[in-house]
Amino acid sequence: MIGAAMHMPLSSLGSASGRTVIGTLLNFKGSLDRYGSQLRSAPYNAPPRAPVLYIRPESTWSTDGQGIAVPRDVQSVELGATLGLVIGRTASRVSARRALEYVAGYVIANDLCVPHENIFRPAIKERCRDGFCSIGPAVADRAAVDDPDALGIRAYVNGELCQQSSTRDLVRPVSRLLADVTEFMTLHVGDVLLVGVPDRAPRAGIGDRIAAEIDCVGRLENRLIADPHSPAELSS
Amino acid sequence: MKRARVAFSGAIHDAVADGDMLLLSDGRRCAEQEVVWLAPLAPRTIFAVGLNYAAHAQELSLESQREPLVFLKAANSVAGHRAHTARPPDIKFMHYECELAVVIGKAARRIRREHALKHVAGYTVANDYAVRDYLEDYYRPNLRVKSRDASTLLGPWLVDAADVPEPGKLAIRTWVNGTCTQQGSTSGMIFDVPALIEYLSGFMTLLPGDVILTGTPEGVVNVNPGDEVVTQIEGIGRLVNYVIERVPQGDTEGVAHG
Repeated sequence: MIGAAMHMPLSSLGSASGRTVIGTLLNFKGSLDRYGSQLRSAPYNAPPRAPVLYIRPESTWSTDGQGIAVPRDVQSVELGATLGLVIGRTASRVSARRALEYVAGYVIANDLCVPHENIFRPAIKERCRDGFCSIGPAVADRAAVDDPDALGIRAYVNGELCQQSSTRDLVRPVSRLLADVTEFMTLHVGDVLLVGVPDRAPRAGIGDRIAAEIDCVGRLENRLIADPHSPAELSS
Repeated sequence: MKRARVAFSGAIHDAVADGDMLLLSDGRRCAEQEVVWLAPLAPRTIFAVGLNYAAHAQELSLESQREPLVFLKAANSVAGHRAHTARPPDIKFMHYECELAVVIGKAARRIRREHALKHVAGYTVANDYAVRDYLEDYYRPNLRVKSRDASTLLGPWLVDAADVPEPGKLAIRTWVNGTCTQQGSTSGMIFDVPALIEYLSGFMTLLPGDVILTGTPEGVVNVNPGDEVVTQIEGIGRLVNYVIERVPQGDTEGVAHG
């Protein structure tokens, strides 16, 4: 089923200025398989123990319908259709058993990056491009989703289905992830925790229409556009 | 001007330094110990720069970088002057890092270094804690090391940029229980403040209220519950922090959070 009865704007939860958006890496079973034995040698040395997380700063946020600029130094971008957990009440050191009580609802994100292989250092230059984290169009109320660990996720480029995945394949299911993150980070109302993007992300470039769709949550659409800014310094 | 945000008498106030006292925006004067200090601003994005002092990079036996090693910290990690920071019970090495924090005042995109300081609103002191036992080699340094609750102390003051003509020539000192353990100068940065603004604004937009933590010099040592850690930067401020023991997990769930 696509779409849900109860939706609310993300802006109704918390305040945008204080919002934290966190992404999760290597949380799909396929991603760990793809790195395979590499994870046991330098520079990684061992498979990850804690969730591998990154922060999506405010300048990267965009929303449904917005054009996202492909930077001049980049040929194509990787799409990252993923589920976002929107926090409904202060979550600090919650147990997996009760984690869903802290979730107000679910939202779709298309978490773009410049393609890169090495994940030893934070991929700031690859991920922190303006508009690269599209979130929307609305938050599906928690009650509209029976089981967040059984949601189909689809990525489209120009209307063509390019990738299908399911939250069934998460290494850390939704509740476990929330428990492990809030063990050391308090999350607040309106914060968004992205559960991770599936392996073998489709790519797209300037002019492409991209979309991410999640069962019971909805569909998020954007268009990739040329960078409207001059390559020179904008202001001084 | 030195600006602060404090809680006093049941409300949150803006305040400025007035000699040894705080002058609240409503005209009341308070002593340092009478108020609860908040971070002088609620940062938008917090950038942190690793290995930005040559000697500290050697201390951690790591290579120096051709471009800045940047990572981000989240809002949960921010706390103010005189805050308490929890040390997990199961670890061996948690250390402070005294850093000059640069607060962006005007949006910056593709800014050359000679214009960079025009985009700075001011400076504050940061103590950027790390729990090294939790270090893993994915997106290193990972959030469990660096973005823990109350692990980014900021304050006491936001000092206007106009009052800091030479941010690249400020002495840095840290004391643990009164013993000086870290000494350096912002002149030791590999990538100085203008270089960091040029670098970051070269691929993304810096927004007003963003904060750049510029890295720490050599001299980081383990701290334990009960320790008083004072991080100080010349002309910017003296930021006090207390290390406490972390309460055991499992007692928080009965609390009916908002």
